[in-house]
Amino acid sequence: MGVNDGQRAEILLPGAGEGDVLALTHPISFWGGVDPRTGNIIDARHPQRGECVAGRVLALPGTIGSSSASAVLLELVHAGKAPAAILMTEPDAILLLGLVVAREMGWATPPALRMPLEAQRALPARVRVGPDGAVTPA
Amino acid sequence: MSILTDDERETAAGGRGEGAGMAMRIVAEAARLMGAPRLIPIASAHIDGALYHGDSGTLFAEALTAGGARTAVPSTLNVGALDLTGCSRVNLPPHQRDMARRMMRAYEAMGCAPTWTCAPYQAGHRPAVGTDVAWGESNAVAFCNSVLGARTNRYGDFLDIACAVSARAPDYGLHRPENRRATVVVDVSGLSAALRASETLYPVLGTWYGLTLGSAIGVIEGLQGFASEDRLKALGAAAASAGGVALFHVAGVTPEAPDAATACGGKEALARAERIVLDGATLRGALARLSTAVGDRVDAIAVGSPHLSLDEMDALERLLAGRRTTRPLYACTGRHVVRALEASGRRAALEAQGVTIVADTCVVVTPILPDIGNGAVLMTNSGKFAHYAPGNTGYAVQYGSLADCVESAVAGRLIREDAAWA
Repeated sequence: MGVNDGQRAEILLPGAGEGDVLALTHPISFWGGVDPRTGNIIDARHPQRGECVAGRVLALPGTIGSSSASAVLLELVHAGKAPAAILMTEPDAILLLGLVVAREMGWATPPALRMPLEAQRALPARVRVGPDGAVTPA
Repeated sequence: MSILTDDERETAAGGRGEGAGMAMRIVAEAARLMGAPRLIPIASAHIDGALYHGDSGTLFAEALTAGGARTAVPSTLNVGALDLTGCSRVNLPPHQRDMARRMMRAYEAMGCAPTWTCAPYQAGHRPAVGTDVAWGESNAVAFCNSVLGARTNRYGDFLDIACAVSARAPDYGLHRPENRRATVVVDVSGLSAALRASETLYPVLGTWYGLTLGSAIGVIEGLQGFASEDRLKALGAAAASAGGVALFHVAGVTPEAPDAATACGGKEALARAERIVLDGATLRGALARLSTAVGDRVDAIAVGSPHLSLDEMDALERLLAGRRTTRPLYACTGRHVVRALEASGRRAALEAQGVTIVADTCVVVTPILPDIGNGAVLMTNSGKFAHYAPGNTGYAVQYGSLADCVESAVAGRLIREDAAWA
């Protein structure tokens, strides 16, 4: 089933968002890999270095687990530089804790959904994520 | 939220204050995301979340204190971004300095002990074998699981303090005995006795172990009679920074490994385990990775990651033998060691010889090293400093033993005795 058929993904953390898709081709460590002030990818070895996660629907093929990833994501939310939505192959509790805490702080948080790699690769250029987990072209 | 008991649900709803409610909701969400069926009580916490990464972390800590949150179990603090003892100077801009200080004060206000050390296990925080705890900071997690035999997962920013306030942790991972068994046997008995008796082996062995095993659990054979507590500390810190290692066993040494078979969960499991026989040539590859600089330039020396014990500070003092350094030598440690040094008048003597004692923090997490610019070289005996210094400080690294570090600090250029590796 592809996104063009109106795909529904498992909700990890609820919400809604819309943006241009940024599908990473390699796993990333948020700590040391994403600038918490700007959302720019700064990991010198990452193929998408120089891209910006802010406002994008960010598709993650995997994360490399620094325990400070949650702090970077919280800082991005606070700075208004968070992704519009996060799609990940497996829930990464350390990263997603940044969104859990942001929600506790009363800050607007993007949704996080589980999406397999094949579906991530088939995403159109821009998508809308609905509160029910529906991912549709926008 | 079927994960929670009625009592926990009442806390999550704010029945015991908004700070306690926030903490319980965070632990419950983490448990849901990890697939844990329930929460379990914990006996203590070690909190890594008080290191400043940006204003949002300070605002979170202050939201907890404003909601009346207090730690419900004994909780120690890992390093912050400032040296509150005044032993060393941190070059943070005014806004960051202010927010870092507010953050440290908020964690103290919640009742955390102001230990400010990454070696809390040498500052009196030693949970008993088999106890469930919630610890953060990769070296402290590895030591707690492996050397103390207490049970913890890697609790990162925010979840560590939430566990400390709620006195709960999600029931999954290394809290469960069946997940603590070794599946890999690492045999080092072929290494020379001289190398196994040398402190310089342990950060290198840890680096190789982390790179090779990743998050798999191994049992090391052949270190009986060689593996002191400080050596296991150095091994675990290097393994955790190179490969995300949270638990390792050492046969005949660590509490869950009276022998390799027990560490694996029985003779049949031992027979099924992958077996790696380590030789000197393989280890020399890991040794070479630790140094990124070439030539004999050394601009500064840093030791103490994890923080130096009093024994290690004694060794530093013995090796200096009253001489003065010609390059700055940073000795990172906890205030528990500084107090002991001051009581005996040794702090002033060390400083007069060119040693800068760094307490409450360290040189790779906050700006302390002099800004020399391109080509600066840091020498260290720490596998962890060697791993993080290039990215975090801009210094290239030379790795050597503590004796090499002291000789280089006195000479002002690289002096390294490689005999142990021959």
